[in-house]
Amino acid sequence: MAQQTLPQVPIKKGEPAYKLWIFEPGWKGELPLILNPRQLAEQKRPAILPGHRLCAGCAAPIIVKLASFAFRGPTIVVNATGCLEVATTIFPYTSWAVPWIHNAFENAAATASGVESAIKAMKKTGRLPWAHVDVVVFGGDGGTFDIGLQSLSGAAERGHDFLYILYDNEAYMNTGIQRSGGTPKFAWTTTSPVGTVLPGKTQHKKPIADIMVAHRIPYVATATPAHWLDLMKKVRKGIEVEGPAFIHALSSCDRGWRHDTALAIEVSRRAVDTCYFPLWEWTPETGYRLTDRSLSIARNPKMKQPIEKFVEVQGRFRHLLKPENRHLLRELQEWVDAVWEDLLNRATNAPR
Amino acid sequence: MTEAVTPKIPLEKQKLLTVNGDEAVAWAAKQSLVDVVAAYPITPQTIIVEKFSEFVANGEVHTEFVPVESEHSAMSACVGAAAAGARAFTATAANGLALMWEILYIAASLRLPIVLAVANRALSAPINIHCDHSDAMGMRDSGWVQLFVENVQEAYDTTIQAFRIGEDERVLLPVAVNLDGFFLSHTLENIHILPDEAVHEFLGGYRKVPKVKVDYFEEEVPLMLNPARPLSFGPLDLYDYYFEHKMHQIEAMKRVPEVVREVNEEWYALTGRRYGDGVLVPYEVEDADVIVTVLGSTAGTVRHIVKKLRGEGKKVGMVRIRMFRPFPHKELAEILKGTKVVGVMDRAISFGSYGPSFLEINTALYDLKEKPLLVNYVYGLGGRDAPPALIEKMFEELLRDAEKGFVEKKLRFLGVRE
Repeated sequence: MAQQTLPQVPIKKGEPAYKLWIFEPGWKGELPLILNPRQLAEQKRPAILPGHRLCAGCAAPIIVKLASFAFRGPTIVVNATGCLEVATTIFPYTSWAVPWIHNAFENAAATASGVESAIKAMKKTGRLPWAHVDVVVFGGDGGTFDIGLQSLSGAAERGHDFLYILYDNEAYMNTGIQRSGGTPKFAWTTTSPVGTVLPGKTQHKKPIADIMVAHRIPYVATATPAHWLDLMKKVRKGIEVEGPAFIHALSSCDRGWRHDTALAIEVSRRAVDTCYFPLWEWTPETGYRLTDRSLSIARNPKMKQPIEKFVEVQGRFRHLLKPENRHLLRELQEWVDAVWEDLLNRATNAPR
Repeated sequence: MTEAVTPKIPLEKQKLLTVNGDEAVAWAAKQSLVDVVAAYPITPQTIIVEKFSEFVANGEVHTEFVPVESEHSAMSACVGAAAAGARAFTATAANGLALMWEILYIAASLRLPIVLAVANRALSAPINIHCDHSDAMGMRDSGWVQLFVENVQEAYDTTIQAFRIGEDERVLLPVAVNLDGFFLSHTLENIHILPDEAVHEFLGGYRKVPKVKVDYFEEEVPLMLNPARPLSFGPLDLYDYYFEHKMHQIEAMKRVPEVVREVNEEWYALTGRRYGDGVLVPYEVEDADVIVTVLGSTAGTVRHIVKKLRGEGKKVGMVRIRMFRPFPHKELAEILKGTKVVGVMDRAISFGSYGPSFLEINTALYDLKEKPLLVNYVYGLGGRDAPPALIEKMFEELLRDAEKGFVEKKLRFLGVRE
């Protein structure tokens, strides 16, 4: 890719709105220019600026920040309705230092199709002042697993060049913690309450990333904000490929998961350590490849933690720790194990 | 009309095409330098998309054609494209329009001048593919400008005009061009089309995005998704500002009629064709005792009967409502005042109430000192034909009402089995 200059964005205070570039132009998978998160936070400003109204301890802005550090130049962000959209743009304020559009809940991918097509048409007619403008979508689990699946699938099938980043906080958190297709089995939500008959949600989580793999788009990956370098590299890969790319990022929600505000990163780490949320990437050429911590666990299975480690810090699973519910916890463990085994069988870099 | 003005492009320099309404719309979109067409097939609109795909397949346009997976996504993609600065077009009908409904409001509220062709068709259930206006009436409150055409030539002309109207800085609203399903969408007509360059010039080339003043930029910035001057489109807007933003839309709507009239006159100077004043198309209304108002292709039949009855010395007239949103209340009242009876033809009904244009005309006439009698004729639902004999029967009823001086039944159904 030819080197592109960053847009100069004058804001009143006289400072550019965002300074990125931690990956060299024409990045081929090398380490970023800054390897220390503290340094990163101090020296670079992300596309999402401070002052937004997301809850304390929310993982979503961490994901957006990390992702935006990996942007490669002019970028347009499309946002589905959700916590991120609502809390970053209450009129007349906006946290976004990049052009940003929110259309509706279920159509972020379709909106991105339109934006991307407009960019193509303007490029064709010599009206685009850049060699390329990237389109990145942020959607929550409701807008991706459920109501937005059709438009996402359609856009993936049509092959638009955009990166869709799903920040999955495993329920409709924006409307007050209702169950979604992304909510795990036995989790408490306000529409899958733990009652005397039902133990929270009675269905498993939809394998959304595998559904996107089935579309055979150029790039699919999973990520968490705890594995920040892994996340940034994946974002950059997703942007670099021609065509649709999809990243499923687990985004803990302290309000909905009922954990301490300081635990956002810890709980994400535990999700990976227990293999509840394995880290992998998929391309049509390489197939599934485990990454980061999950690759280490595959190489050294002793590192795999029991599911209690993930469950015990979250109030939404509190009932699973009761002695009379041990069988439910066992069932969850069996499900996690089965999915992990399945992934190990598919992963081309897992030891046999 | 006084003496004929020689148009800038005289008829012999216009190309004669034999096309149906859908193809005429596709031709108009082709010549309008549309950047993005996102559409989904639905009868009777499908030919627009098919024809346009041919233009794309043959490399005759620069347009990005997005064959979306639903009408909801069609309008969503148009919103994305228009926000990114592109000229966007789509077409639909009936249930497809109903599926778009949510995004229609967003397109209008984000002030995106998208053009939408609606090949009017009845809504399900029961499923029916033929013409009525219930689909268009479902979107009347969405903030779109709604134009209704009478014939295939007008469908072509109006589609091009729609881009000019919507993109005018006084307006900045999306525009829906309504053509009657099958009666126009599938009926061949000889039409005259302009040379490509003339259309490009009329539209001022590719879409130009207006500039706006935003707090955090020193200078005016283009109202689009522009990485050099980032703006946020579609933020959360609560009770502290939402109402003011709605007022902007209300004000923009008020400026639409003057723009529609200007564009109509400009089109006349260019092509020699105009449609009334662009808003209303009156016919034989001067001394009429009975005036019928109508939308869409039925106007042709009504005009024919008016001519016939005038020949018999009966004082009847017609007004075709070309622009339904914003509704020309004052202008219509001006035409209708002094007449004895107004027959309002509606090809749709608001269940539990009257036809949609009847309600508007009631509102329009309320402030008149001497109000004409009003009768609502609901006709043609689900594509039921409205042949000349039926229209004539309606006029006879209205003439009897005019003689009697009162109306017994306000809501009448035309052409339905008893």
